[in-house]
Amino acid sequence: MYPSSFDLTVARSVAEATAALSEGGEDARILAGGQSLIPMMKLRFAFPSLLVDINEIAELASLERQNGELRVGATVRHADVAASDLAFGAVAAAAPWVADPLVRNRGTLVGSVAHCDPEGDWNSVLLATGATVQIAGADGSERSIPITELIVGPFTNSLGEGEMLTAVHVPVPSGASGGAYLKLERKVGDYATVGVATHLELDEDGRISSAGIALTSVAPSNLKATEAESVLIGESPSGELFAEAASLTADAAEPRSDIRGTAEWKRNVVRVYTRRGLEQALSQARSS
Amino acid sequence: MTAAQTLSTPPEIGGIGHSVPRQEDARLIEGQGNFLDDISLPGMLHMAIHRSPVAHARIRGVNTEAAAAVPGVVAVVTGELMAQHNLAWMPTLSGDTQAVLATDKVRYQGQEVACVIASDPYTAADAAALVEVDYDVLDPVTSPQQSLADGAPLIRDEKEGQTDNLVYTWESGDSDATDAAFDSAARVVSLETHYPRSHPAPLETCGIVADINSVTGQATLYMTSQAPHAHRTLFALVAGLPEQNIRIISPDIGGGFGNKVPIYPGYVVATAASLLLGTPVKWIESRTDNLISTGFGRDYHMRGELALSEDGRILALRADVLSDQGAFYSDAQPSKLRAGLFHVVTGSYDFPSAHVTCRGAFTNKAPGGVAYRCSFRITEASYLIERLVQNAAYEIGEDPADFRLRNFIKPEQFPYTTPTGFVYDSGDYHTAMRKAMDEVDYTALRAEQAEARAEGRLIGIGVAHFTEAVGAGPSRTFDIAGLKMFDSAELRVHPTGKAILKLGVKTQGQGHETTFAQIVANELGIPVTDIKVVHGDTDHTPYGLGTYGSRSTPTGGAATAMVSRKLADKSRKIAAHLLEAAEADLDFSAGVFSVRGTPDRSVTIQDVAFAAYTNMPEGVEHGLEGSYYYDPPNLTFPYGSYIVVVEVDAETGVWKVDRMVALDDCGVRINPMIVEGQIQGGLTEGFAKSSMQWITFDEDGNCIGSNFMDYLVPTAWETPRFELLETCVPSPHHPIGAKGVGESATVGSPAAFVNAVIDALAHLGVRNIDMPVLPDRVWAALQSAGGGVG
Amino acid sequence: MEISVKINGTPQKHEIEPRQLLVDFVRSTAGLTGTHIGCDTTSCGVCTVLLDGVPVKSCTVFAAQVDGHEVATVEGLKSNGELHAIQKAFTAHHGLQCGFCTPAMMLVGAAFIEENDNPSDDEVRWAISGNLCRCTGYVNIVKAIQAAAEERRAQ
Repeated sequence: MYPSSFDLTVARSVAEATAALSEGGEDARILAGGQSLIPMMKLRFAFPSLLVDINEIAELASLERQNGELRVGATVRHADVAASDLAFGAVAAAAPWVADPLVRNRGTLVGSVAHCDPEGDWNSVLLATGATVQIAGADGSERSIPITELIVGPFTNSLGEGEMLTAVHVPVPSGASGGAYLKLERKVGDYATVGVATHLELDEDGRISSAGIALTSVAPSNLKATEAESVLIGESPSGELFAEAASLTADAAEPRSDIRGTAEWKRNVVRVYTRRGLEQALSQARSS
Repeated sequence: MTAAQTLSTPPEIGGIGHSVPRQEDARLIEGQGNFLDDISLPGMLHMAIHRSPVAHARIRGVNTEAAAAVPGVVAVVTGELMAQHNLAWMPTLSGDTQAVLATDKVRYQGQEVACVIASDPYTAADAAALVEVDYDVLDPVTSPQQSLADGAPLIRDEKEGQTDNLVYTWESGDSDATDAAFDSAARVVSLETHYPRSHPAPLETCGIVADINSVTGQATLYMTSQAPHAHRTLFALVAGLPEQNIRIISPDIGGGFGNKVPIYPGYVVATAASLLLGTPVKWIESRTDNLISTGFGRDYHMRGELALSEDGRILALRADVLSDQGAFYSDAQPSKLRAGLFHVVTGSYDFPSAHVTCRGAFTNKAPGGVAYRCSFRITEASYLIERLVQNAAYEIGEDPADFRLRNFIKPEQFPYTTPTGFVYDSGDYHTAMRKAMDEVDYTALRAEQAEARAEGRLIGIGVAHFTEAVGAGPSRTFDIAGLKMFDSAELRVHPTGKAILKLGVKTQGQGHETTFAQIVANELGIPVTDIKVVHGDTDHTPYGLGTYGSRSTPTGGAATAMVSRKLADKSRKIAAHLLEAAEADLDFSAGVFSVRGTPDRSVTIQDVAFAAYTNMPEGVEHGLEGSYYYDPPNLTFPYGSYIVVVEVDAETGVWKVDRMVALDDCGVRINPMIVEGQIQGGLTEGFAKSSMQWITFDEDGNCIGSNFMDYLVPTAWETPRFELLETCVPSPHHPIGAKGVGESATVGSPAAFVNAVIDALAHLGVRNIDMPVLPDRVWAALQSAGGGVG
Repeated sequence: MEISVKINGTPQKHEIEPRQLLVDFVRSTAGLTGTHIGCDTTSCGVCTVLLDGVPVKSCTVFAAQVDGHEVATVEGLKSNGELHAIQKAFTAHHGLQCGFCTPAMMLVGAAFIEENDNPSDDEVRWAISGNLCRCTGYVNIVKAIQAAAEERRAQ
């Protein structure tokens, strides 16, 4: 299968990219890893008139820790995150389970975030860890918003015309912390049937000071289980507590029956994986 | 080299039993294979197909204006245009007709409606998307049950005399004797199960480059064909082309598995387009084209019953099948057998009576019914009996392995005539099963399972023992479109002692270029590396029916042995002449003729070959060449015992294979390395079907499984590790005792995997989960059995 | 648009359309047909090439994006007339049957053993899990990659 025709601009700087994007109008798209966009173009589900290739912009390729945050630039590949010692908790746990090894060599974390596919893994991880995204505008402006404000709906983000994501910032906890990403997939390369990201931080007394739970593939968008998170905070971890949080998370999910399985079963998997994910996060936090 | 085999040639000759490296590898590891899409001819145009988005609709009109207006488009072909050349419909391999391009109605999603011929594939795709079709959408029929119910929409309204959606009815066995056995049975065990629609999905899709010279009339058709000779004849009959002017070249094939046996509409349109335009036309399927329109496998809704005696013996079997055929009946199978070899469903067991009934139903789905890595519906049969036997054991409270051992056909009963008329050639099922059980330490495993259950863990041990019927086949029973299913080999030994072997069968990765050379090496003592194997070019090979149904070794392999023996006989005459000895006084071993008693008086096969062209005895025809057409006296019956151990996560239904032991007996193994490779691959496809790989449809007839994101092929990560074992009971009627093996593992293993999962849940009363055994189905079974956790 | 790319070590310039996929560029424009096409959805991996040494699926990269970069294909594995260790190992261990996925599997294997020359069975299986094979059941592919790693280790 073959994509329909388009123009392509190779941008050498963020300014060039946002200018081209702005000029290209609403049918212009950023081309980063292309591992979601190109298949959609080949299947003729997407028909951009202009692609702005950002792969040659050197400053977007950095993965680093700065100011207590993990900064993932817009062309950092999934494989770079998976291989990096800087990744931690749910971020490190999720990276090897994104797509397959070859797609991870090319696809980018930030591209996946911008794509807002409810079956994408990264937005759950960012929702659980309280990440922010960095946005550049055509006028040279830069702004930063929490991930919750980027995700508008399925395949819809809040970026304005001429805007692009330049990086994702994930806060690095200063105390004891742990995270997990449990993904039920039918085979390597499959989207999640159910994905659960968990993140826990403990205070000096071993109580939960911060908690994050977010879900992949079981709602119209990646879903942050806020009610479950709030019952965890301030409490001492226990099997009963995690079971309660898992139940609340399962209640919050909105799974649909499809080729991957029934809604009832998926809700059950959310519950089981949330409990297991919290146990893993706790065990990691206690040994950190 | 297998335990039961002895080597008759040294490694440097590389005859039967040697794991010689493959001759075909050299080009393939350097990217020098020549696959269909690698062929590019001067002036070649590219074809793309516009397909129906709906499952059932009447066509009001087809508008090709926008498509034709795209720069670079040379022609847009519609059903109407094909009809003008009497090519809008074509015959299928099962005696039905199939639309080439739809004229009246579309009958499944993905059906071919129009074709665009353009300068390059990108332009062809652009234009194909612009073909506009005005559809009057009709109610779709999406199951065979719905299809045969009163008031179902008539799918084949164009077919004269067709008043319902029934395709065929077929039966085998003795219904009276079977009824009587059931009446007297102490217990009856029954099972209803659906063997879901699957697709062979070779990694290389199907394609053609049609090159018809408008001056000479020579039609060279490069096709992904598992059966080039049969295809040539069918092209001659359908398109009216003179057969001597048709040359089918089937180049390197990137896997077939049955998918490349039928003739597809795209082949016909591309050929017609090349004829009309006078230029070569290439058509290569996309993966979606391949999955939604070309030959699927299985889709059998099966009900089976076993009658059991008080002491746990099988008395009789009843099987009833409802087959979902799709919109056209195009099973690629022997003409006389409406449900292929499904009546081999009595399996490995000794009992007197069976009765099998099969019905086929048209539905609004893609046609097919190819033997997907299987000998004509044997996979379905083997699955049904092995699932039934497992449940029978549970019913009488006996271990499933013990139940099998009691009911197996005994070694001394071979040749064994089954209640449906097969004559099994040879076997020792008890030894095979016990060897597999010893390997896993079956008794200890059962103890481990009991301990795990006590701890709340779910471990399952699945057993399956299959008997295949392959190597179609004897001409009295087997033909495809009238063509008898013999096969052939032509062998030429050149003056320097090097040889060329030409085959009627065609490799798709099975390694014919090596194994068939090994047969010649074994018979004549010519080293494998001195033998070139040619196949897949109808101008340069003898007539044969092709490669599918594990038939190459049983038929083409036998022909190769027989032609080699013909030349060995002639060589003996020449050697006798050279050695001035009587023919009867010569020994022949590993390529050397020597005078019995005086071994230093000897000549080599190479000396003989040279003499055949330079120094022939008087009265003997020159040359050392021959051919043989082999009509097998019977099928061959490979078998195997498979044992699978799984653990099921009771909280989620996810299951994982901990161990799998596969014992195969395929008679004599020509190249053990290649045989094991075939088994490993087959086991993987069996695992795929049992766990994830299926095609289904929604209520509107939309195909779910139209690309590799939905049609799941396991990667190395999911694929279990398999441990292989073997026994060797040669086929008594095959010239070298070989039985064929390419499909055994695909046939035998699905039941073993499913039996293992069922076994993990059996103590809770679970008796069936249909394939694929998806985790939500396992979890649901656990919930309803009250064994779920949490 | 014009692109400059090094293919198997040889610098080349080609005029291309922006929408041309890298796999079509490699097969049709550069004429290297050892790289194959098996799906439309970035699933099967038979189109794998090395882009600056890293295995990627060339059906999901535009040819325009390799401007100024290096592409290696199966045709470039052999050097100075000598087969690469991975090529020898695939034959020796019967790591191929139909041969359609083989160029991709070998390229992934060749890149992988540069990073890990003593891989476990699981590590190899993980590394090749973006590439499908329908014939072999993978076991001999795994053995071949481990054998090539061993040869690499011995060097």
